[in-house]
Amino acid sequence: MWLIPILPLLGAALNGLWGKRLPLRGIAAIAVGAVACSFLLALIACLSLGDATRMEVYFPWIAGADFQVDFNLYLDPLSAVMSLIVTGVGLLIHIYSIGYMSGEKGVHRFFAYMNLFLFFMLTLVLAGNYLLLLVGWEGVGLCSYLLIGYYFRREDAADAGKKAFIVTRLGDLGFLIGLILLYTTFGSLDYLVIFPEAAQFPVDSDGSGTLTLIGLLLLAGAVGKSAQIPLYVWLPDAMLGPTPVSALIHAATMVTAGVYIIARSSPIYVQAPEALMVVAVIGCITALYAATIGILQTDIKRILAYSTISQLGYMVMACGVGAFGAAVFHLMTHAFFKALLFLGAGSVIHAMGGEQDIRKMGGLRKKIPVTFWTFLFASLALIGAFPFAGFFSKDEILWRTFTSSTGGGRLLWVLALLTAGLTAVYIGRLVFLTFFGESRADPEVASHIHESPKVMTIPLIVLAVLSLIGGWIGWPRFLGGSNHFERWLEPALAAPAAAHAAGEESLEFLLMGLSLAVAALGVYIAYYLFLKRREAADRLAQASGGIYRLLLNKYYVDEIYRFLFVKPLVMGSTEVLWKTLDVGAIDGAVNLAARTTRSLGNALRKIQSGNIRSYAGWVVLGALLLIGFMVTAAS
Amino acid sequence: MQTSDLIRILPEIILAVAGIVVMLLGAFQKQNAGRMHPAIALLGLLGAAGAIAYQYPWRSLDPAFGGMLELDAFSAFFHILFFLVAALVVLSSSEYVAQERLASGEYHALLLFATMGMGLMASSNDLIMIFIGLEISSLASYILVGFRRGVATSSESSLKYFLLGSFATAFLLYGIALMFGATGATNLTEIHLALQAEQNTVTAMASPQLTPLVGPVPTALVGLSIALLFVGFAFKVSAVPFQIWTPDVYQGAPTPVTAFLSTGSKAAAFAVFLRVFMVALEGSAQDWVWLLWVSGLLSMVLGNLAALLQTNIKRMLAYSSIAHAGYILVAFTAHSEEGVAAVMFYLAAYALMNIGAFAVVSHFGNRGERYVEMEHYAGLGYRAPLLAASMTVFLLSLIGIPLTGGFFGKFYIFRAALHADLVWLTVLGVLNSAIAAYYYLRVIVFMYMHPAAEQIPVERVRPAMGFVLIFSMAATFLLGIFPQAVLDFASQAAALLLENLGNGVL
Repeated sequence: MWLIPILPLLGAALNGLWGKRLPLRGIAAIAVGAVACSFLLALIACLSLGDATRMEVYFPWIAGADFQVDFNLYLDPLSAVMSLIVTGVGLLIHIYSIGYMSGEKGVHRFFAYMNLFLFFMLTLVLAGNYLLLLVGWEGVGLCSYLLIGYYFRREDAADAGKKAFIVTRLGDLGFLIGLILLYTTFGSLDYLVIFPEAAQFPVDSDGSGTLTLIGLLLLAGAVGKSAQIPLYVWLPDAMLGPTPVSALIHAATMVTAGVYIIARSSPIYVQAPEALMVVAVIGCITALYAATIGILQTDIKRILAYSTISQLGYMVMACGVGAFGAAVFHLMTHAFFKALLFLGAGSVIHAMGGEQDIRKMGGLRKKIPVTFWTFLFASLALIGAFPFAGFFSKDEILWRTFTSSTGGGRLLWVLALLTAGLTAVYIGRLVFLTFFGESRADPEVASHIHESPKVMTIPLIVLAVLSLIGGWIGWPRFLGGSNHFERWLEPALAAPAAAHAAGEESLEFLLMGLSLAVAALGVYIAYYLFLKRREAADRLAQASGGIYRLLLNKYYVDEIYRFLFVKPLVMGSTEVLWKTLDVGAIDGAVNLAARTTRSLGNALRKIQSGNIRSYAGWVVLGALLLIGFMVTAAS
Repeated sequence: MQTSDLIRILPEIILAVAGIVVMLLGAFQKQNAGRMHPAIALLGLLGAAGAIAYQYPWRSLDPAFGGMLELDAFSAFFHILFFLVAALVVLSSSEYVAQERLASGEYHALLLFATMGMGLMASSNDLIMIFIGLEISSLASYILVGFRRGVATSSESSLKYFLLGSFATAFLLYGIALMFGATGATNLTEIHLALQAEQNTVTAMASPQLTPLVGPVPTALVGLSIALLFVGFAFKVSAVPFQIWTPDVYQGAPTPVTAFLSTGSKAAAFAVFLRVFMVALEGSAQDWVWLLWVSGLLSMVLGNLAALLQTNIKRMLAYSSIAHAGYILVAFTAHSEEGVAAVMFYLAAYALMNIGAFAVVSHFGNRGERYVEMEHYAGLGYRAPLLAASMTVFLLSLIGIPLTGGFFGKFYIFRAALHADLVWLTVLGVLNSAIAAYYYLRVIVFMYMHPAAEQIPVERVRPAMGFVLIFSMAATFLLGIFPQAVLDFASQAAALLLENLGNGVL
């Protein structure tokens, strides 16, 4: 089993060290081959798993008297699903990248990073303890940072990389403290030690116990990685990286690590209902919030980024209402259709010669048919149209939310339904503006529009098929299926005791119809505003003035953050941060901050004057303080 | 004096002899002799290490020279660390010495003498002996810092180091004198007993005229003495508020010497710091723990914040070394067996990654240390993959990313601090290490994400330097994946160091 993560690492090492001398074909063969092999291995491991779980211990990592951590990998249905998604979708994206990245400089570096990313991601999902998980956790962050900044010649891309790293680091801090707390509570970081013990804990009903605190701290990490409110700001900027990176890291795999960690820690969360409540609320608000922003964005990748944030919010919310299985189910279908959306967007951008503004597209339906059809499939899956994959997973989440016994389940459901409607609007807008209507591209660009090569379209087709049938394994019971998927996952996940009232089938059917209707309505609104009556959209924008500007500017969150966090940091003498994060913000407040920085810098310089007499003076001053303290303390 | 006494200091004797041989060769042999010097220095270090290994197991050795020296596992750990550091510095400076046309004989002789002094520091169990060891290593270091004679900044930093260093040593000496006045002893174990019994031990001389002097230990005097000792040691480990010399000296010194100072000298200073405070002053811990607490916190904060502002890599690493001293002080503050072991482990991990980082800086700096600005590192990732990759590993370890030695160093430190209920200090420490990630990563960003601004020549990596890089990299990973062996060694040494106290054994 250890070969699954090691193979991509080998690929990364080969390409990183010798890739410079290899032709593109060789580089691609190494990178894709490594991922393909580990996909096959993962598949074999999962098929042979059956109902059991497997813990493979390789050798002790830390072997203290009171504290033991091993290098161990843990395979249960949850990590099996995750590793299949990671290697499977990863494989398709690698193949796609061969076409997309041809012609770029330093392709070996790109593939080395991608393989390295897969290594860390697999370490993350297969780890048998929280410490090894942390290795993967930090590693994927680093790779994401390197890959976002891949076009390092673009200033904004490098900045985006930094932003992603710093923002997620905030969440990681909470995560780290959570791990320390886990260790002090359970005396171990091993899953198989912690989870049975956690189940022995009394349910933390008033939210004051350790488990609630641990849950909230782990949530902080998940919020950073999975781009939830309030740490989501890095994800839209991360879109400056190459498109396959966005598909792999920022849609299908890394950003779902936060959801994974919550699902993995489900035995802890079920004992801490208050923490779960917070999880649900954060997820729900994020889902709605990101969907509203998505409606007015004009950059094709940014729309998809906000959509990702919104869908991640769905998954987090599902975890929050105790429907961990539904969350993982949605995680899987989302990996299929969102990867496809990104790859499709990449194909569109490729065809348009690098254009990403959907206002300058239009009428592409005929010119790039394969991209269009696959994109359409993915969009239908996203809005949850029957019988596409997204329908089953999204509906499952809505149903479980509705019947959740957590307080306010109904309210969450209403908000989630609203989100579903908004989702249909923004993705409808995207599809209509890009593929239908008149072409609004420059004639120069328009004449060059072409379908992508086979190596790119085949992964699209495979993903499109998956977006269609991928949800069928979770066919709900009342439609004549048996929901194999969630039953299979059950042993890996804990379920809150009696959290779900058994709902009636007719009610479930009704709700399903309702959500389909909402989605259809959303699509119709998009159709009406953005295709049929474009002037109506403008009129609406004018009529709603303030709200329109608020949405267009993404609620000014970046600006607020800059004011609240960046400025104090600047005052905290860090000229460096000022230069990288705050460029362009010219107003009185910032000038003041700059002056403060300079004077602080000057103060530092004055201390570090190089003058030896003043240095000796500082030593004497320090010594006097110490002596004063010690003598008064002693006497 | 017995033969066993001489065997206890055999490592130091071997180093002194090797140093003298190298020095004489340098003086009398004119041509092409430079090649022999590193070889002899390495042989000397190897011999000294052999002399340490020969005396294994270290737990049952009698103290030498009437209790002045103690070759216990603690001391053996540090000896091995110093020899390793010195050997890596010798290997990594061969290019540098040739390039800058330094007097190779003197250079290597001084390195050996400094190492010898550090060895004495690690073994000494007596304040006087500590002072002697400290001075031997310091005097050699002062000269080494100013070894680029033609360069003004080098001489300047040497002078600064010398003046401030002497100044601090004066505090230390005064502290020793007061401690003797208060307890009547300079031997650490005796001081411990005297403080425990609250009896001045001058009576041990059993001279009837002196009996009037017997009396309780004056606590204010002890407090004053602790403060003065603290000044001396804190200066050597460059902890706030006595860190002021560090950036200037580290920047001006030849890069391999900076590597030596920031790892070897710092480790030696921590060795005596630990021994004096954990052995002799263990009983008055409630007084000095707060000094460590505040000094550790300030070192982390000040070191990290100032490092954020630097554009010169050597200076950045200097401030970072202040911050690392702060982390180590966090474990020290725990003043437990676990804390001592954590300090030892951290020093080993830090030595390896920091020597590696300085080796890259030294190699890349080129003639006259021309390229030591951060922007010079732009695009290094493409022109010199080995250099850049190893630098990345060292920087990641300095951040404390898992799978590297730096991670476990921090992990053990914060664990020890937590077990000692230093929750706030731990939280602040973790926060600090998060801040620190920023300036280390900046170098990585420059190496991999910025196009080269100008064509900077990158010399080919010679075998000796290549060995240092690969060795440090491998060791950094090894400590990150199999930390147990080193940690066990450190834990046993720490246990042994503190165990004798409990029994009140001399």
